[in-house]
Amino acid sequence: MLSQAFARILYRGAIEMKQLLLGNEAVARGLYEAGVRVVSSYPGTPSTEITEAAAKFPELACEWAPNEKVAAEAAAGAAVGGARSFCAMKHVGLNVAADPVFTMSYIGVNGGMVLAVADDPGMHSSQNEQDSRNYAKAAKLPMLEPADSQECKEFAKLGYALSEEFDTPVLLRLTTRVSHARSVVECGERREIPLKEYKKDPAKNVMLPAFARPKHEKVEARTQALAEWAERCEINRIENNGAKIGIICAGAVYQYAREAMGDSANYLKLGMVYPLPQKLLRDFAAQCETLYVAEELDDFIESHCKALGLEVVGKELFPRCGELSQRLIKKLLTGEEAPSAALEGPLPVRPPVMCCGCPHRGLFYALKQEKVYVSGDIGCYTLGASAPLSAMDACICMGASVSALHGYNKARGEGAAKKAVAVIGDSTFIHSGITSLIDIAYNRTNSTVIILDNSITGMTGHQQNPSTGFNIYNEPAQAVDLEALCCAVGIRRVRVVDPYDLKLTRQVLKEELEAKEPSVIISRRPCALLKTVKHSAPLEVSGEKCIGCKACMGIGCPAISMRDGKALIDPTQCVGCGVCTALCGKGAIA
Amino acid sequence: MSQTKSVMIVGVGGQGTLLASRILGSAMLQKGYDVKVGEVHGMSQRGGSVVTYVRFGEKVFSPVIERGEADVLLAFEQLEAARALPYMKSGGTAVVNTQKIDPMPVVTGQAAYPQGLLAAMEEKGAKVLAVDALKLSEEAGSQKAVNVVLIGAMARHLDPDEDLWLEAVRACVPEKFYALNEKAFRLGFGA
Repeated sequence: MLSQAFARILYRGAIEMKQLLLGNEAVARGLYEAGVRVVSSYPGTPSTEITEAAAKFPELACEWAPNEKVAAEAAAGAAVGGARSFCAMKHVGLNVAADPVFTMSYIGVNGGMVLAVADDPGMHSSQNEQDSRNYAKAAKLPMLEPADSQECKEFAKLGYALSEEFDTPVLLRLTTRVSHARSVVECGERREIPLKEYKKDPAKNVMLPAFARPKHEKVEARTQALAEWAERCEINRIENNGAKIGIICAGAVYQYAREAMGDSANYLKLGMVYPLPQKLLRDFAAQCETLYVAEELDDFIESHCKALGLEVVGKELFPRCGELSQRLIKKLLTGEEAPSAALEGPLPVRPPVMCCGCPHRGLFYALKQEKVYVSGDIGCYTLGASAPLSAMDACICMGASVSALHGYNKARGEGAAKKAVAVIGDSTFIHSGITSLIDIAYNRTNSTVIILDNSITGMTGHQQNPSTGFNIYNEPAQAVDLEALCCAVGIRRVRVVDPYDLKLTRQVLKEELEAKEPSVIISRRPCALLKTVKHSAPLEVSGEKCIGCKACMGIGCPAISMRDGKALIDPTQCVGCGVCTALCGKGAIA
Repeated sequence: MSQTKSVMIVGVGGQGTLLASRILGSAMLQKGYDVKVGEVHGMSQRGGSVVTYVRFGEKVFSPVIERGEADVLLAFEQLEAARALPYMKSGGTAVVNTQKIDPMPVVTGQAAYPQGLLAAMEEKGAKVLAVDALKLSEEAGSQKAVNVVLIGAMARHLDPDEDLWLEAVRACVPEKFYALNEKAFRLGFGA
């Protein structure tokens, strides 16, 4: 008989190839196994970990591109060049990448190409709740939607087979609950796929109108062929439990529905959400008395069913906003819900905050003091909108701070420009702030743009970018010289400040707002969470000197609180940045 | 075990809650269960409320835990424990670190930190096990082991096999910190 310890060792060996992977890590594993060679992405929650995990496989050449459009084009070029290639982005990233994606649909591939797009129903970390399935239909591209990590891996691999068989890029749709859930994955080996031969073929690859017209015909025929494939593929499957009700679903919603209803419903689980089958849906409808379409966000599957003349219950029951869950589905379908207790009265909320020592804090405090209009952007510094800093007036999308400030100043004139700034992070500026700055220089508004250079892409969890001097492998790389870049597009006033130096920051801010020409202020200090950043000793409040005026509380530092009428600094959190020291009129903080 | 077990782990961004879900997931995978772990990354890491779900059983479908579904709640902070109460099954067990961390509305004086939260949770039917994990972690040798103390305290409510857990701890922490973490785990397990 095996000893228990030995049995455990054997067991551990067996689970080596059975791993608990994030959906995103499983997609990366799928890329590895599928013989992918080139990966180019821009970080964006909840898609970021795919490319981070892919970079751990030496067989894959991975990179962080300046933005999603560039990333998708790099992947497209690799596919034309005969390699299996990949690109990942969050849902709003697909808006940026849409231009090449729509035309790559016409060109098709040589080596297979898969683009992952991660939607964020419930907006855990996003500015909108758009449903990327609409892009599949609009760009006429097949879209697969996995429901757990094992499917993430399998569907990524299947994506390449489909891509090469049907001569099309393939979209892989994820959502937060699939990307960021761990489940068991059986790992396999990598299959090396040789580079395909490249042959010059302008009719296929050069999208002039004369070449594009016949390609459009081909795209329409391809969609028809894929719709036929959807009828017979294994990833669209019926689970008939002999029940009266049937639920059509895909992705995470399948898991919620299956958990909520168990064997008391039949399921049509769709692994491909575009193009959708017709006969399979009709067959399933014939097996059920009442048919539901459970889907998050838009009525994408539902409207297809209704166009087929099927009687389905969809958005009249299920919400269009936010996530579904097993509880919600059960409640809507059966009226039952598990009992749940709550304390009386509201509890204080705990919103995310800028970290202790965050370089953005000093800069936002200065903006608040100057009472300026702040045109904001996407990143950690969007937290500058929260109390007590409350220093943000608008925030639209990546790069919009700069162009929207230009528009604001055009509309409201010189007086407004003296009281308005744009704030944009280093990575976001590289992503799409540069072209906006060119607009300011070329079409001339006396705008003041502040680049918050913290030497990293912060919000998504510390990715390198073209301004940091390192690539995805943390190897030294060419760094964009931000000062020289701003000068080169025609900004003659470029100043650099340390946001820990509140006095100088405010002075420079005043000078540049007054300037009679466009200017850029680079607020430069590395993110306090970077391992390379050395922290100073924690600061202390002198109980004798502190008069409890709360001036130090105005910066919203999580290390500072009031106890018995005096300020108190938590030594386990404080990194000694000294911004609060400058605010204390009594010299009580040292 | 035919029923799926649900463990909800809550705390404040930066407290090390993800290690708890990794250790728990790894231990249950070793026991041969199907396991799903739901995490949310991004905004929530910046000092905000963080929530992780671990579910295990013969076959697990949803990776999330909804209201009224958690068998066990592991809370790294009192206010976060109270916030998660609606997610507990009636009569479920809450392992709660007694530590309090002021959220921003309390720091800025717009709200007060509520008092008597654990007693209020018990009144609502939760079985509360309060653990002074900070003190126990100091006893183990470092305040940084607070999370492993709490994992120990939770582990005893899920499976009495201490060796199974310690093997999972070993698989999830760097080798050089194992001795410290083993001590912290055992202190929590006995709490």
